[in-house]
Amino acid sequence: MTDRVRENSGHGGHPGRRPSRRQLLTTTAAGLVVAGTGSVHAQSPRKPVIANAKNQPPNVPDWSKVLGDGVAARPYGTPSKYEAHVVRQDVEWLTASRESSVNFTPLHELDGIITPNGLCFERHHGGAARINPLDHRLMVNGLVDKPMLFTMDDIKRFPRVNRIHFLECAANTGMEWRGAQLNGCQFTHGMVHNVMYTGVPLKLILEEAGLKPNARWLLLEGADSAGMTRSLPLEKALKDTLVAFKMNGEALREEQGYPLRVVVPGWEGNLWVKWLRRIEVGDQPWHTREETSKYTDLLADGRSRRFTYIMDAKSVVTNPSPQAPLRYKGHNVLTGLAWSGRGTIARVDVSLDGGRNWRTARIDGPVLEASLTRFYVEFDWQGEELLIQSRAMDSTGYVQPSKAELRKVRGVNSIYHNNGMQTWLVRANGETENVEIS
Amino acid sequence: MSRFREVVVAALVVFAAAPALAEKLGLGREASPQEVAAWDIDVRPDGQGLPKGSGTVAQGEEIFQTQCAACHGEFGEGKDRWPAVAGGLGSLKNDRPDKTVGSFWPYPATIFDYVRRAMPFGNSQSLSPDELYALTAYILFLNDVSKDPKLELDERNLASLKMPNADQFYDDDREKTERSFWNRKPCMKDCKSKIEVLGRARVLDVTPESKTAPRVD
Repeated sequence: MTDRVRENSGHGGHPGRRPSRRQLLTTTAAGLVVAGTGSVHAQSPRKPVIANAKNQPPNVPDWSKVLGDGVAARPYGTPSKYEAHVVRQDVEWLTASRESSVNFTPLHELDGIITPNGLCFERHHGGAARINPLDHRLMVNGLVDKPMLFTMDDIKRFPRVNRIHFLECAANTGMEWRGAQLNGCQFTHGMVHNVMYTGVPLKLILEEAGLKPNARWLLLEGADSAGMTRSLPLEKALKDTLVAFKMNGEALREEQGYPLRVVVPGWEGNLWVKWLRRIEVGDQPWHTREETSKYTDLLADGRSRRFTYIMDAKSVVTNPSPQAPLRYKGHNVLTGLAWSGRGTIARVDVSLDGGRNWRTARIDGPVLEASLTRFYVEFDWQGEELLIQSRAMDSTGYVQPSKAELRKVRGVNSIYHNNGMQTWLVRANGETENVEIS
Repeated sequence: MSRFREVVVAALVVFAAAPALAEKLGLGREASPQEVAAWDIDVRPDGQGLPKGSGTVAQGEEIFQTQCAACHGEFGEGKDRWPAVAGGLGSLKNDRPDKTVGSFWPYPATIFDYVRRAMPFGNSQSLSPDELYALTAYILFLNDVSKDPKLELDERNLASLKMPNADQFYDDDREKTERSFWNRKPCMKDCKSKIEVLGRARVLDVTPESKTAPRVD
């Protein structure tokens, strides 16, 4: 039965259709995107999953006999139909409307460090604006020698740079402050993506307008119907902030701010204003709704931290996880992602026994400033119960805290910046669940 | 080293780092005062950016009932998962705090700025300055920030009203208060004695749908 479920997951995906809450439950509980009771039973040795025995050796498979699609079949390529279940998903009851909502990156289906453009999570406050780049303008005003207006063609004539950075929503893992709640790393940790941006250092654009000596802060403003605005310290703007127009080589996707967005390396995603239309230079912060009512961290004493920009070191095991259970006994590969807004990832430790003992994971692929970093642990599994955790350490010596350590200093009402260690319980049958442990 | 190689090496050194230019590039054009005035809609807590205009609590109530109450409730109490704009005073230390304009927001100018740019939801930037002053006055009245039913706000007095939670915000201090998270030698062996499962996530269907549920808005 599990085999058929596996096969169905390829054919049965409906990329355009939203999963119902009931289906979502099935998805996260069974780890497979298909309705029905898909409990997992890891076996040893497990029979390989077969869709059609006629395509198995010694037979010659169908695809070896007939011609495939010609070159013009898909002018813009899409993933194989067997990957149709690899999509962003939302949790509809989290927010009042889909226009002011969020969906999540399917981290458990990805590898390496780059997030494909179509799978980068979305977060809008007034829907994704649709902007004709010919009509888009970037205004720079305020404490400048000369207020300026730039076209997209102007922006593309500035010297440009390429940088790979993670973008993490400050509310990523925000549903987990009071305990394990959502069953799947897509939902607990999927408000993060990692992209190579091509853009112009913001410094160059500001220099074109000329900064007044009392300039200290910037207001970044979006052209969307939320008119998203955040205050950014000038120091960060001059250090490494970009105004980007390409992601992973192609134009920004509309839902990621086409045609122009801000890239603020290592800092919370809300600052990365999309559909950027205006930058005002000032001498103090603006205290906009998004940095007072929202994106401030309410602590247990009733007071709130503000301007908590940096995303602290964090990691999560993406496989196994509730949506990607263990399916085979014997040799297995554990993998996950680690990142820090303070620098590079120096080390990742993994525990299989709930944090009693740790081993250092193998990092593979680029290790970059404020970028997702991929780690692996190869291990042998004979069906014993596992409590899997990962712990990231960054180049400043910061070590990702446990959830208990974090709650001790923050309480449970801060919503944002939950970087506590995640625990996955793997049962004897391979089924994996989000749990809270002592 | 040949002259040619010297030039190449020098060029590599220059271009390996992010471009830094002292000279202006001559890109873009100057924005006219009219263009800047039309787009520069932000308002700061000190009142910088407030346009000329005025509005009363009574005028605000009328606008609120037609333009806002469908989502925020007749008295700003919120509807379904749409946010409350009133109530919750003194609840910030509670197990389930109720963060509203009155209980949480530090500055009245932020109401004006946010409503001006983002509300009504789906019909942004449609309210006049007078309507915005009136709505701000009504929301402040709903929250007892002003108990005067005849309150009239304008560009001169709006910023002077004091919000109850104004002094309860402070700048990020994690590098000091969470200093213990920096630890170059974390425990690797026999770090815990007893490990118990305290909670499980098998609750997608029982996560509360009330406004006390976690939210990301």
